[in-house]
Amino acid sequence: MYESLLRFPTDLFSEFDRMQQEMERMFGALGMPTSIRAVARGFPAVNIGTTPKSIEVYAFAPGIDASRLEVSVDRGLLTIAGERPSESSEVAEKVSVYADERFSGSFKRVVSLPEDVDPSGIQARYRDGVLRISVPRSEAAQPKRIEIK
Amino acid sequence: MSDGKQDIARREDVRPAPALLPAVDIVEDETGITLTADMPGVPKEKLTVRMDGQNLSIEGEIALETPEGMEPSYAEIRSPAYRRSFSLSRDLDPSKIDAQFKDGVLRLRIPKAEHAQPRKITVSVD
Repeated sequence: MYESLLRFPTDLFSEFDRMQQEMERMFGALGMPTSIRAVARGFPAVNIGTTPKSIEVYAFAPGIDASRLEVSVDRGLLTIAGERPSESSEVAEKVSVYADERFSGSFKRVVSLPEDVDPSGIQARYRDGVLRISVPRSEAAQPKRIEIK
Repeated sequence: MSDGKQDIARREDVRPAPALLPAVDIVEDETGITLTADMPGVPKEKLTVRMDGQNLSIEGEIALETPEGMEPSYAEIRSPAYRRSFSLSRDLDPSKIDAQFKDGVLRLRIPKAEHAQPRKITVSVD
């Protein structure tokens, strides 16, 4: 099932436009613009999926001590913050660095949540370098089957 | 994907995305090279480190736990796999590579071959 989350068309530009539109639609369903704080990209990379019952946020943050990750929700903004210490500061003098692509330092990413979520039921798990945050939708927002009498 | 019909429908408009290039740090010291690669979302059993001649390749498949019926709504990671390869120079000893993988970070230690290790030459004074 995760494949559908990861397998996107390779035509990135048109796809990116489409996703932006979808994101606008998802977060802006009530006529509210997407949060200005939620636009930036950076570390960790984030994927978001939705189910009728929850919003699932996957933050790709490898090599982090899970106890030092901070996840918080404030006024509809989900914040993921933490720090990945630089390893190069520990290395000895007689070294040559050929590649230094991995992120180091402190990070913070903010995801704007839709209005129908229940922040008290948020669960977060860290596994294989991915932080998965499940934000349940509030009871009232979940689809219900209406019985016809 | 359990639903075969849906799979076929998807294949028409969705070509498989190319593998992601994992971010790496490569540091050389006197006794060898340390390569660190970020491959978040890859469980240990889906990681492959291979030596083919002088070519070192690292590959990993992303496996995320997803609830049933989840629809993607936004994605920055858009491929299910990581892949990257490197050619090693002859002064490195591929038979002695040590690999560790934890929390989505792969650490490879590739020691230099015996003959390439730095040697201190004692200068004798007559």
